[in-house]
Amino acid sequence: MAETKKLAIIASQGTLDWAYPPFILASTAAAMDMEAVVFFTFYGLPLLKKEIDAKVAPHTNPAMPMKMPFGSKDFQSINWPVPNIISGNIPGFDSMATSLMKETFKKKGVATVEQLREMCQEAGVRFIACQMTMEVFGFSKDEFIDGVEYGGAATFLEYAADADISLFI
Amino acid sequence: MSAIAAAAELDCKGLNCPLPILKTKKAIDALQSGEVLKMTATDPGSVNDMASWANRTGNEVVEHTEDGGAHTFFIRKK
Repeated sequence: MAETKKLAIIASQGTLDWAYPPFILASTAAAMDMEAVVFFTFYGLPLLKKEIDAKVAPHTNPAMPMKMPFGSKDFQSINWPVPNIISGNIPGFDSMATSLMKETFKKKGVATVEQLREMCQEAGVRFIACQMTMEVFGFSKDEFIDGVEYGGAATFLEYAADADISLFI
Repeated sequence: MSAIAAAAELDCKGLNCPLPILKTKKAIDALQSGEVLKMTATDPGSVNDMASWANRTGNEVVEHTEDGGAHTFFIRKK
């Protein structure tokens, strides 16, 4: 085989839907014998917390299908038309949509974000937390999982300069 | 039934991307070079993904069969 390929990802989003791609790609890259680094910055930083409390917010995702994870196949395929005035204003709507998404993922055999994160670490994926974001949003290292490195733009770019694949998510 | 003797078996039925790949990688790591892993999956995406994974890692999918939506792969470790 050729020399080891390198993947560099910036994870900048913290909602449940956007929490998946960095962990899916990094864990798969490791399984494909690539090196992978994920740099967590801005709203992506909370994905390193011991307990991930990421949610989805349907009113900010107009294209997000609103489907039920239970019932007959026909029922599950209905895309419920929920106007933004409802999804954005009813208290608890995001929590409900989050549980529905988690339930759907579970039924479809998709790993949880926590599982994927763990598999990344087992496979040697490096996680770097943005030090500046920690200061700005007031996070401390003891809130995060073990094995996280801390650094800034230069730390990421030093690695990314030699990366074969660089993604901003 | 396949004539290929598998040193280990892995059931990924019901699992979706990327779990079949991640679990296959783990299972392959536990084998010796030349040994074969039998993996079954129901994720239709696993067909292309297994081929891509094998291409990159140098392991070989020696046989792939499909039976009513269940895919069986025999993968020889490089």
